[in-house]
Amino acid sequence: MPIEILMPALSPTMTEGKLSRWMKNEGDSVSSGDILAEIETDKATMEVEAVDEGVLGKILIAGDTDNVAVNTPIALILEDGESDADLNGYSAAAPVTRPAAEQVVESSAPAPVSVSGPAVEFVAPESEWNGSFTKTTVREALRDAMAEEMRRNKKVFLMGEEVAQYQGAYKISQGLLDEFGAKRVIDTPITEHGFAGLGVGAAFYGLNPIVEFMTFNFAMQAIDHIINSAAKTRYMSGGQVSSPIVFRGPNGVASRVGAQHSQCYASWYAHCPGLKVVSPYSAADAKGLLKSAIRDPNPVIFLENELMYGTSFDVPDTDDWTVPIGKAKVVRPGTDVTIVTFSLMVGKALDAAEELAKEGISAEVIDLRTIRPLDTETILTSVRKTNRLVTVEEGWAFAGIGSEISAIVMEQAFDYLDAPVKRVAGVDVPLPYAANLEQLALPQSSHIITSAKEVCYRS
Amino acid sequence: MATKKTPPKRASKKRTASSALPSDITNELILDFYREMLLIRRFEEKAGQMYGMGLIGGFCHLYIGQEAVVVGIQSALEERDTILTSYRDHGHMLACGMDPDGVMAELTGRSGGYSKGKGGSMHMFSEEKGFYGGHGIVGAQVPIGTGIAFAHKYLEEKAVNVAYLGDGALNQGQVYESFNMASLWELPVVYVIENNSYAMGTSTARSSANSTELYHRGNAYGIPGMQVDGMDVVAVREAAKIAVEHARSGKGPYIMEMMTYRYRGHSMSDPAKYRSKEEVQKVREERDPIERLRALMLKKKIIDEAGMKQIDKDVKAIVSKSAEFAQSSPEPDPSELYTDVYADA
Ligand SMILES: Cc1ncc(C[n+]2csc(CCOP(=O)(O)OP(=O)(O)O)c2C)c(N)n1
Ligand SMILES: [Mg+2]
Repeated sequence: MPIEILMPALSPTMTEGKLSRWMKNEGDSVSSGDILAEIETDKATMEVEAVDEGVLGKILIAGDTDNVAVNTPIALILEDGESDADLNGYSAAAPVTRPAAEQVVESSAPAPVSVSGPAVEFVAPESEWNGSFTKTTVREALRDAMAEEMRRNKKVFLMGEEVAQYQGAYKISQGLLDEFGAKRVIDTPITEHGFAGLGVGAAFYGLNPIVEFMTFNFAMQAIDHIINSAAKTRYMSGGQVSSPIVFRGPNGVASRVGAQHSQCYASWYAHCPGLKVVSPYSAADAKGLLKSAIRDPNPVIFLENELMYGTSFDVPDTDDWTVPIGKAKVVRPGTDVTIVTFSLMVGKALDAAEELAKEGISAEVIDLRTIRPLDTETILTSVRKTNRLVTVEEGWAFAGIGSEISAIVMEQAFDYLDAPVKRVAGVDVPLPYAANLEQLALPQSSHIITSAKEVCYRS
Repeated sequence: MATKKTPPKRASKKRTASSALPSDITNELILDFYREMLLIRRFEEKAGQMYGMGLIGGFCHLYIGQEAVVVGIQSALEERDTILTSYRDHGHMLACGMDPDGVMAELTGRSGGYSKGKGGSMHMFSEEKGFYGGHGIVGAQVPIGTGIAFAHKYLEEKAVNVAYLGDGALNQGQVYESFNMASLWELPVVYVIENNSYAMGTSTARSSANSTELYHRGNAYGIPGMQVDGMDVVAVREAAKIAVEHARSGKGPYIMEMMTYRYRGHSMSDPAKYRSKEEVQKVREERDPIERLRALMLKKKIIDEAGMKQIDKDVKAIVSKSAEFAQSSPEPDPSELYTDVYADA
């Protein structure tokens, strides 16, 4: 049987084209790679190359023919041992439509649904701690978490700028070089894109890197690897290649360091499936969540806050304290209004709740702790009880975490709301340097109090 | 005064096979080279044809013309070694022993593909064969490969990573970030620049300073480099042995610049108007890696015409089978949409 040469599609969008001219004549012998004809696509003139070997037996569509549909037979090639007699019965067939297009229409994929938050079904319950506690700073808690996990698993290593000899730009990695040596506590050049990519490669191969960014502002250099390489590869490889890596460092506004060094990246990373995003407030949570992050087989973005590093909290006396990723915490129970927040703003929300109590408003404060996967159940349970919601974040409101929570509550608890959700967020400007302006740009307890009263219709 | 690290060795600018073959190049090896290069070429031609039929969508970057590079390098590697490359990756996957059926089925986006149809032409992986992608972002594979080399060293495996990159990718900043770290930490990585003269429509002369000597790009980091005739599979293998041995023995990275050429457009939808037909034709006639090997085999009487015909037939059968599999393998089940996002904690 002669081989049919079909009108090819030479761009993702081409459905038909012009067969401009034949470069071979009937009777010519052809071999793979020979240019047979020129066609004009919707974008350009392209060459059609032979894939098969033989003799060009018959041209079915002459040169200079317009509107030849993709997949129409345009010529026949006779293979070894075939002759003109084999061409009998062939004439220009009716154009065939492009199979791919049909498949798209027929495919039985379910209609896209809006799934709020990632599809993580099961979150292990949080363990209760009945033992003793020690007052520990967030800084020490983070260090202890890394040290304990490095003792536990030889594949865990820490890499970043100034993490080893200098003991960390914010002294998070104090003592780690001494204990684990230069093989596992690695000072990198100032090379965020490079070392983030290198970390992802090591994770692909089964190591468990902790990549410290001096601050998350500099991770913008590396965001391509965080999202395109770390977050997406498991999916793109059909589950074969994972990235068990932690990217950690201070996030958000420090103090008077100006716009380029003061930004909250929670919503940037939380946007992306494939990542987990954690942002703790207390030292116990910082420790327990960092340990969970290091053990997690997925890429985890661990957003710390510089202003919290020196704050002390009770931390359980054990080297196996973990806090599950994906579980929010009610840090102050209340009945009149729900305040949802995370990281440094938890403190401001607790202050606000204290003030509100004096005025007879009982606020329930939820510390998200994990942004993705978001613990919607804890939020919804609270809103169904209080019927009012204020979200608080340091980052900008536009497409922020508060916006996402508002949408979820609107979709899943609309009938429970007695007032529109209020978002307290950073002012919609790059962060100013001047002390007074910086204060004005950031959410304060007073904003939270005002918003809480508003949703309670109190003044 | 402290001495500086030894300057990079500049291996001979052009490495070509002399008429006497090196002693490790057996007839059987030559035949393997021929089979593998032919498999890549026929596979790519088939892929191009299937793209034309609408069976393959999106971007599809063919490797035709560059076959000797990956086949020669692969022959100098051991099983524990790893490789990764850009989106022009079909040849690399076939050369490292991945199943043509699974590769073609990924091109058609079917469940039998290496990524269950969820990756496509540019995103395929095989941990089993040490193939770590398939990367769509120009240059991004370079630090990732450097990281895999880091893991090889960390785990004391004596394995080497080969990170392939294009001449265009070589201008990305992250490549130099990687060179620096790889040399600083003496990582077992070989960077193979596949210099096919073009990054899409931009020639190396228009994009790269000192464009005739890209293998010098590691000089500042003390990384030795060599330029190799990438259309000569024997020369590629001999050069690769030096570079791979260097990396494996703990001396750090090596840069190989492979002078090669792609016959087809950048991707299927590139009419390649930035170069003349004569230019392409000249390379095909004078430097084609498969034709050159054919001539060598006949001259050395390694195989006769009939034997070669048989290989052609066998290769064609493998490719046809992969094309059939890629069309009959079902589309991924709709439930696959939600799988493989996260690993179970
Ligand atoms: C970061 C990035 N920028 C641009 C592109 C678009 N792009 C894809 S391939 C390519 C050219 C790369 O050429 P080269 O590195 O020489 O590799 P070759 O295609 O020749 O194999 C460009 C610009 C991309 N994929 N990623
Ligand atoms: Mg190129």
